[in-house]
Amino acid sequence: MIPAAFEYIRATSLDDALARLAAGNGTVKAIAGGQSILPLMKLRLARPETLVDIGRLSELRGIRRMPDGRVGVGALTTYDEMLRDEVLGHYGLLADALPNIGDVQVRNRGTIGGAIAHADPASDMPAILLALDAEVVARSTRGERTISITTFFEGAFSSVLEPDELITEILLPGGRNDVGSAYRAIEQPASGYSIAGVAAIVGARAGDRWGLCSVAVTGVGEHAYRAPGVESAVLAGASFADAAAHATDGVTVASDIHADREYRTHVAAVYVRRALEAAAARLG
Amino acid sequence: MTIDMLGKRVKRVEDQRLITGKGRYVDDIKLQSMVYCAILRSPYAHANIRSIDTSVARGMPGVLDVMIGADIPYNPLPMAWPAGGSAGLQNNVNMPRALATDSVKWTGEGVAAVIAETPEQAFDALEGIAVDWEPLPTVVDAEKATEPGAPQLHENAPNNIVFDWTVGDKAGAAAAIDGAEVVVRQRVVNQRLIPNPMEVRGDIGWYNPGTDEYTIWMSSQTPHIQRILLAIFVMGIPEHKLRCISPDVGGAFGTKIFCYADYVVVLHASKRLGGRPVKWIESRRENYQSTIHGRDHITYLEIAGSRDGEVSAIRVKTFANLGGRLSTIGPGIPTTLYARVLSGCYKIPNVFAEVVGVYTNTVFVDAYRGAGRPEATYVVERAMDLFAGEIGMDPAELRRRNFIAPDKFPYENPSGLGTASGGAKIYIDSGNYEPAMDKALKMAGYADMAKAKSEARTRGKYLGVGLSSYLEVCGVAPSKWIGAVGEGWGAAMWESANIKVHLTGKTVVTVGTQPQGQGHETTYAQIVGHELGIPMEDIVVQHSDTQGTPFGYGSYGSRTSSVGSTAAIKAAGKIREKARRYAAHMLEASVEDIEVEGAEYRVKGSPDKKKTFQEIAFALDLAFDAPEGMEPYLDETAYYDTPNCTWPFGTHVAIVEIDEATGHVDLVRYVAVDDVGNKINPMIVDGQLHGGIAQGVGQALWEGAVYADDGQLLSGSMLDYAVPRAAWFPHLELDETVTPSPVNPIGVKGVGEAGAIASTAAVANAVNDALKPFGIRHLDMPLTPQKVWHAMQSSKGAQA
Amino acid sequence: MDAHISLTVNGKPREADVEPRRMLVQLLREDFDLTGTHIGCDTSQCGACTVTVDGRAVKSCTMLAVQADGGTVTTIEGMATEAGLHPLQAAFWEHHGLQCGFCTPGMIMAAADLLSRTTEPTDEQIRHAIEGNFCRCTGYQNIVIAIRAAAKVMRDGVAAPSTAVQGGM
Repeated sequence: MIPAAFEYIRATSLDDALARLAAGNGTVKAIAGGQSILPLMKLRLARPETLVDIGRLSELRGIRRMPDGRVGVGALTTYDEMLRDEVLGHYGLLADALPNIGDVQVRNRGTIGGAIAHADPASDMPAILLALDAEVVARSTRGERTISITTFFEGAFSSVLEPDELITEILLPGGRNDVGSAYRAIEQPASGYSIAGVAAIVGARAGDRWGLCSVAVTGVGEHAYRAPGVESAVLAGASFADAAAHATDGVTVASDIHADREYRTHVAAVYVRRALEAAAARLG
Repeated sequence: MTIDMLGKRVKRVEDQRLITGKGRYVDDIKLQSMVYCAILRSPYAHANIRSIDTSVARGMPGVLDVMIGADIPYNPLPMAWPAGGSAGLQNNVNMPRALATDSVKWTGEGVAAVIAETPEQAFDALEGIAVDWEPLPTVVDAEKATEPGAPQLHENAPNNIVFDWTVGDKAGAAAAIDGAEVVVRQRVVNQRLIPNPMEVRGDIGWYNPGTDEYTIWMSSQTPHIQRILLAIFVMGIPEHKLRCISPDVGGAFGTKIFCYADYVVVLHASKRLGGRPVKWIESRRENYQSTIHGRDHITYLEIAGSRDGEVSAIRVKTFANLGGRLSTIGPGIPTTLYARVLSGCYKIPNVFAEVVGVYTNTVFVDAYRGAGRPEATYVVERAMDLFAGEIGMDPAELRRRNFIAPDKFPYENPSGLGTASGGAKIYIDSGNYEPAMDKALKMAGYADMAKAKSEARTRGKYLGVGLSSYLEVCGVAPSKWIGAVGEGWGAAMWESANIKVHLTGKTVVTVGTQPQGQGHETTYAQIVGHELGIPMEDIVVQHSDTQGTPFGYGSYGSRTSSVGSTAAIKAAGKIREKARRYAAHMLEASVEDIEVEGAEYRVKGSPDKKKTFQEIAFALDLAFDAPEGMEPYLDETAYYDTPNCTWPFGTHVAIVEIDEATGHVDLVRYVAVDDVGNKINPMIVDGQLHGGIAQGVGQALWEGAVYADDGQLLSGSMLDYAVPRAAWFPHLELDETVTPSPVNPIGVKGVGEAGAIASTAAVANAVNDALKPFGIRHLDMPLTPQKVWHAMQSSKGAQA
Repeated sequence: MDAHISLTVNGKPREADVEPRRMLVQLLREDFDLTGTHIGCDTSQCGACTVTVDGRAVKSCTMLAVQADGGTVTTIEGMATEAGLHPLQAAFWEHHGLQCGFCTPGMIMAAADLLSRTTEPTDEQIRHAIEGNFCRCTGYQNIVIAIRAAAKVMRDGVAAPSTAVQGGM
C-alpha cells in the first residue's frame, strides 16, 4: 500500500501555506500530523497532487488563555500536548476523552486542527467541541473568519472549510465552576473509533432545575451533532434517562457491521445518559 | 558434570536477535539486482475474465514485466488432502491457478503481476492494467450455496458441493437419539476468522540461469513440503533444482503451511527476467483477501442422553465453507481433524457426523490454529452445556459423569480414529480429566458463582461462568495412518534431526521442523544438551533451509515437541552410542563396561579412567586412532515416525460480565488448568497457552470475517477486523496437572494449539450462561455487544 | 522530485534523498538498512513500525520521511548501548515477552514512551499504553509483566535476580 506520487512543499510560514493552497485550486492539501490523511493516501482513497506541510508552523501551536477567559488551542496542538496541558485538564470532558483517542502513537502526532478539518463522523473531538460551543478560526488569503462549531460540519468527511482555508485555532469558552462535563463512548473495537460518543455538560443548577445543558453526539449520524431534544428535556426537568431518549431525534442513524441502526440508536441514548450522569457527578 | 536443562525455565536463545532488531524476516532480505512484484487482485467475487490489457502498464516507468495467467505454464496449485473415508469418496476438486486464467471466484484472487525496479513502480503500474470483467452472481454462505438456485461456481461441483463425507455409526447414533429420554438440538455457527500473524506473507524468487536452479525465500511453516509441492506438482522441475528457505517467521498460526500462488509467480518472474531476484511482500489488505481464512462452519447438532446425565449420542451435520477454490489441505480440516474428535474427552458411545464441504465466493479456508479441533471442541462443549441446561444439571457435574475414566486409556473413541485404516490405530494415549477440572473449578471459585451472580446484578451486570473441558489431538501423525488411502494427505509425517559434533565439541543440530515463534532453537538445544550432557551454549540449532537440513514435514498441529523432539533424542542417542564405543577404544575397555553420565564416559569400577565428550569428539574428528571399521566424526541422523498422536487436555473456566444496558461483554477472569504432559520448557509452554487463549477468546467475543452478499470482504482491514488488544484481557490464571504421554520418551503432549482450542468454548459458554436469565439458550459468536443486546431485547420482548 | 533530508538516527547524523511519498519506515528499512522496524498493516493499527521521533512514539508507517527531516529518531537498533541491553529489552527476554518477535521492536518502543512519562505504571496503564501495538503470539500477558519489570529496573537501577535458568546466554 503505497500512496500515489505527489509533490511535497514544506510551508515556511502561514502566509506561504495559504498562498500555496490558494494557488492549488483544490489539488493541494495541507498535512500536519498526517494521522488522517496518510492512511487514506496509502489506500489511494486520497490522492492530492501536492501536500503542503504545515507541521512546523510554530504560530499554529500551543495553548493560550485569552484575556476574556477563553482558551485558544492552536490547530497544530497534538492530542498528547492537550492531554498534558494543565488548563485543558480542568475540562472534564477533555480529561475523559483525550487518553482514549486513538493510541499513544496517534496522540503524539495527531492534531486538533487536523481532526476537525478531516470531519470524520466517528471522531471524538467534534462532539467535544460541539458540546463546548467552540469556535473554529480559519484563514485563507482572502482573510480570516471565525466559524461556530455548530455550523462547521456538513456531512461525513465534509465541512464548511474551503479548500484554500486552514484552521489556525480552536477557541474554547472559559472554564466554569458551576458546570460539570464528561465524555463517554462505546468504541468500535477494531478501529477504536466511537460507535457512539457523547460529550455532555450540565450545570448552573437553580433549585431543582439545571440552568445549562449541552450534549453532543458523534459516531451516530452523518456528522457529529448537538442533541437539542436532550438538552431541552434536561432543562425542562426530565430525568437524564428520559432526556436521553431524544439522543437521536431527527438524525439519520448510521448502520454498519459493528452496530446496526437499532443498536446504535439504543447505545447513543445509553451513552447520553451515562455522560450526563458523569457530568453531573463531577459537580459533586 | 551433568547439565539438566530439561523441564526448566530456560531463557530463549533466539531472543537476543529479536529484541535488538536483528531478526531476519523475508522482507528484511535484500539481494543484488532484486526487483519487486505487485499483484493485481480481483475486485469481483465472481466474474469471468473476457480480456486483460496490460499495454499501458508495460509502458510505465520502471516496469520490467507484466504477467497474466496465460503467461505461467504451470499446473494449478496442488490440493493434497481430499476428504477421505473407506468408501472412496469423491471430491469435486478445483484448485487455484498461479494467476487466474478465465474466471475469479473471490475478491482478491490474483489476476496479473507487475514486476518493476521499485515497489512504488510496481504498485503504480497496477493501475495501468485493464480487465474486461463479466460479473456473475455470488454466494458466500455455505449452507445457502448448497440450496437449489444458488449461483454455481464450478461445473464439476453441482450445488457447490466439494464432498459429502460421513464418519461414525449412523444407525447406532440414530437409534440412540430416537430412544433417548432427552434430545437437544441446536444450530451453531463457528464463524470465519482471519488468522492475522503479525508478519504477513512474502517471498523472494530467484532463478539462477548458470545452474538452472531456483531458490525461494518464503515465510513458511513447511519449506520441505513446499519444495515437493512446487517442484513436482506445480512447476514440473526436479526437486533438487529448487531450494526453499524460510528465515525468521513472524507468526503463522497455520496460514503459512500452504502452497500459495505468489511462490510460483516470483519464481517464474525471475526466470523470465533471466535471473533477477523478485520480491513480493503482501500488504495486510491482501493478506485478508488472499491468504487463507479459518473455521466457517454451520453445524446442526444433536445431543442425546438420559435425565440423570448420561450422554448417549452426539450427531452433527456440518456445512464447511472451503472458499472459491481449495487450499492445500482445506478438505482435511473439517473432516478428519474435526469429526474424528467430536466426542472430546467424553465416553459418548454413539457419534455420527456428516460434513458437507462447500464452495462459495470467498477466499479459501484451511488450517488456522487448532484446525478442526476448535470447531469440534466448540460443538461438544456447547452441546454439553445445552444438555446440562435441559436436564437441570450443573455443567461441571455433567462433564464429570461423562469423562472417560482414567483407567480406560489407551482409549479408542467411537468416531473412527481407531479404525480409520488398516494397521495404524489412533487412540487417546493417556488422560485424567477430573483432577484438571476440579483444580480449575477450585481456582475459579466455582462453588461461589451464585453469590457472584447476584452481586453483579446490583451493578447492572449479568455474570456468567463457562467451562471448556477440551481434548486436543496433536503430534500428527503416524505415517501409516495419515498416509492411508482415504484418510490423510497421502504423505508421510515423520520428522528428522541430524547432529554433528565438531572438533571442539561444539554441536550443530539440524532439524526438519520450522519454528514461527515457538522457540525451537531453545527447546531442541535443551533436549540435545540434556541427552549429551553438554551446555546449551555449545549447541546451535539450525532449521528453515531445504539445503542443509534433513527432510521434515514442518511445524503445525502442535507436532514439533512430540515428533521432532523425539527424532532429536534418537539422533543424540546414536551420537552417545558411537561416543561410547570410541570411549571404550580410547580407554581400552569393552563397550559394555563404559558407563555414561552427562558428558562423562568412564569405565565401570574405575572412576579415574574416563574421557569427556569433548575429548572423544576431538579424537574422533581427527581420527588418527580410529579403530578398524569405525567411521570418523560424530555425525548422526535419526528419523522418527510416531506410533500415535498425543492428547493434551484440561479445563478452562471463563467468567464474564454483561452490561445489561449495552450488551458489552467483559472477560473478568480466566482460569486454565492444562495437562500437556511433561514440559521441555515451562516458560515457553505458558507463553503458548497465553497466546492460544487470547486467540480463542478473540473468536468468542470480537473476531469475525464478514462478507457482504456480493462477496465484498467488509472486514477488509484491521479497521474492521478486531484483532484483540492488551486492554481487553484480564491476567490469565494458569495451572497444570501432569499426565505424561506414553507415546514419546519425554512424555510431552504438545501445546501449540491447546489454548485456542479450549478458550473459545469456555467464553462462549460463559456468555450463554450469563444470558440464561433472559431465557436465551444459545447465541452464536462473535458475542459482540450488538448481538448480545439484540438477543436480550428479543427475549424481553418475548417475555413481555 | 526527491527531497534531501538530514536527521539523527540512533545518535548518528544521516542524510538521504527521498521521494516525498516515502514513509519514515521505508527510509529506515530500505535506505538505512534498519530492518528491526517492521510493517504489519496498511491502516496504522498494528504498531509494528513504532519508533520514537524526538522522544515520542510514532507509527513510522504513518509519517512521511520528509516530515522527519531535522528530527531525532530512535529505533530498536538504538536501544542497547555498549553497556548492554536496554532494561526493556532485557525484561522482554527474561520474562518471555516475545515469541515470533515481529511485534517486539514496536512494542518495546511504545513501552519506552510510556516509561518516559510514568516510572511506576500499573498493569492497567501498561495495557492502555500498548493498545496501539498488536501482538498475536503472547496474549500480551508476558509483555505486561516485562514492561512492569523493566520499569522497576529503571526506577531502582538494578535488575531483580533472574528466575530463569541461564541457558548459557
